[in-house]
Amino acid sequence: MTAQDYNFAYLDEQTKRMIRRAILKGVAVPGYQVPFASREMPMPYGWGTGGVQVTAACLTPDDTLKVIDQGADDTTNAVSIRKFFQRTAAVAVTEATAEATIIQTRHRIPEAALTEGQILVYQVPIPEPLRFLEPRETETRKMHELEEYGLMHVKLYEDIARHGHIATAYAYPVKVEGRYVMDPSPIPRFDNPKLSDCPAIQLFGAGREQRIYALPPYTRVVSLDFEDHPFEASKAPHDCDLCGASDSYLDEVITDDEGGRMFVCSDTDFCRGRVAAGHIGRLGAPDLAQEAAE
Amino acid sequence: MTAFDRKLPSPDRPLFQVQGLSKYYGSRIGCADVSFDLYPGEVLGIVGESGSGKSTLLSCLAGHMAPDTGRVIFDTAEGPRDTVTMGEAERRRLARTDWAYVHQNPRDGLRMGVSAGGNVGERLMAVGARHYGNIRDKANDWLGRVEIAADRIDDRPRAFSGGMQQRLQIARNLVTGPRLVFMDEPTGGLDVSVQARLLDLLRGLVREMGLSAIIVTHDLAVVRLLADRLMVMKGGHVVEQGLTDQVLDDPQHAYTQLLVSSVLQV
Repeated sequence: MTAQDYNFAYLDEQTKRMIRRAILKGVAVPGYQVPFASREMPMPYGWGTGGVQVTAACLTPDDTLKVIDQGADDTTNAVSIRKFFQRTAAVAVTEATAEATIIQTRHRIPEAALTEGQILVYQVPIPEPLRFLEPRETETRKMHELEEYGLMHVKLYEDIARHGHIATAYAYPVKVEGRYVMDPSPIPRFDNPKLSDCPAIQLFGAGREQRIYALPPYTRVVSLDFEDHPFEASKAPHDCDLCGASDSYLDEVITDDEGGRMFVCSDTDFCRGRVAAGHIGRLGAPDLAQEAAE
Repeated sequence: MTAFDRKLPSPDRPLFQVQGLSKYYGSRIGCADVSFDLYPGEVLGIVGESGSGKSTLLSCLAGHMAPDTGRVIFDTAEGPRDTVTMGEAERRRLARTDWAYVHQNPRDGLRMGVSAGGNVGERLMAVGARHYGNIRDKANDWLGRVEIAADRIDDRPRAFSGGMQQRLQIARNLVTGPRLVFMDEPTGGLDVSVQARLLDLLRGLVREMGLSAIIVTHDLAVVRLLADRLMVMKGGHVVEQGLTDQVLDDPQHAYTQLLVSSVLQV
């Protein structure tokens, strides 16, 4: 079977239609988890089956696709999903955030500001923010329905009681337009402020859990907190060792077994762009042209 | 039924009125045609053997189960309202503000994975408290009132003994200052000395806070200590009701006589 035997973007038109209906409902009710008939995808659950289905339903032949995994364009998950859509939809792909019309992401929001007309698709493992607090799904649905979100603060209370501060570092719960409490997928809480008032459409797909939810452009999203322990976006207290950026989210990379480590931007496109513009960090930028010559 | 005419010092309007409440499980009777009035500050005991419909009645009263017929009227801030016909959102709001429910098994009423302080604070946060320091102070205060040491505030309930868990459950329920407390066998499963301390504590709290309470139990000693009035149930029907001492000392119905005479004397 060749790639041409697949329908455009792998899924058949009726399935895409069903997913689009769920997306539209999600956009109409920001933060509400819309059930949808998630399909088996040619990848294991946990690898982004929800995000892939949402992307497939949104793609048009004119789109330019960017796929990132933990901010990076060149990790396994990102590479394989990008190849998947190149094969099944023959769309243009890019690594530059500004050039992309659809960005599928796992666990990060790009550093570069998104613009109107872009769609950011998140891969979501667990869409239910109350999952580990209330074991009954019937009850969590009821709690969403009746806006009973006291339990979410119990989680934050427990954090402070145990660690002295809110220690939830990723999947930090947010409230959307003063109504639904939402799990923003496991993005670091550093990215939480970027959720709010974003010009791009943000779509969340959870394949195994069969839920889609969405944030339309310019939606007000507030991270939950206490009056005396306000929300704080946090990152490693370093600059990027390659590009010197002080305001981007950093990955810690262990470089040897003697405690050596470096901090680099998790957004590879952002870092590369800064290096190309002449910014240099503590460990300098590798000069690719010179390396190739040697 | 002179007990029902008893004049209480508190307002003359009943806090809680039950009229003709029935619940059937298919053709079987859960409880049938139960009616009573509960005045502010009053404690009503419901006794009966297993299967007599006590728990069914309590579930219907607390809104956990929908009764087939009858009205359950609570004197809310906006005046008396029928809680059976009110919307679920409103009923659940009532359940976490003006009402409290103490389960027989503390595991049903507590969050076992959440610290003692978090358990007590949950109801506060559910009604909108968003200041960590205040929530913690209040939790500390309540743990003290139910005789749990302050240094146990960050321990999980599973590290507590059965008696402590039950006291924690009571603290968690009373922290928002409810006006009506439903208790389902609050001393069940505890040994007698722990029971005695718990009863002592409950009696103190009920008097101090002016709570109204409905206590379901099969332990006559519990109602003797706590309840002003007593209702005896058998086969889903109320067979006798009146002042606690009156019912226990001068039982009229054959079943009540049997119940009272079955208590072991030490």
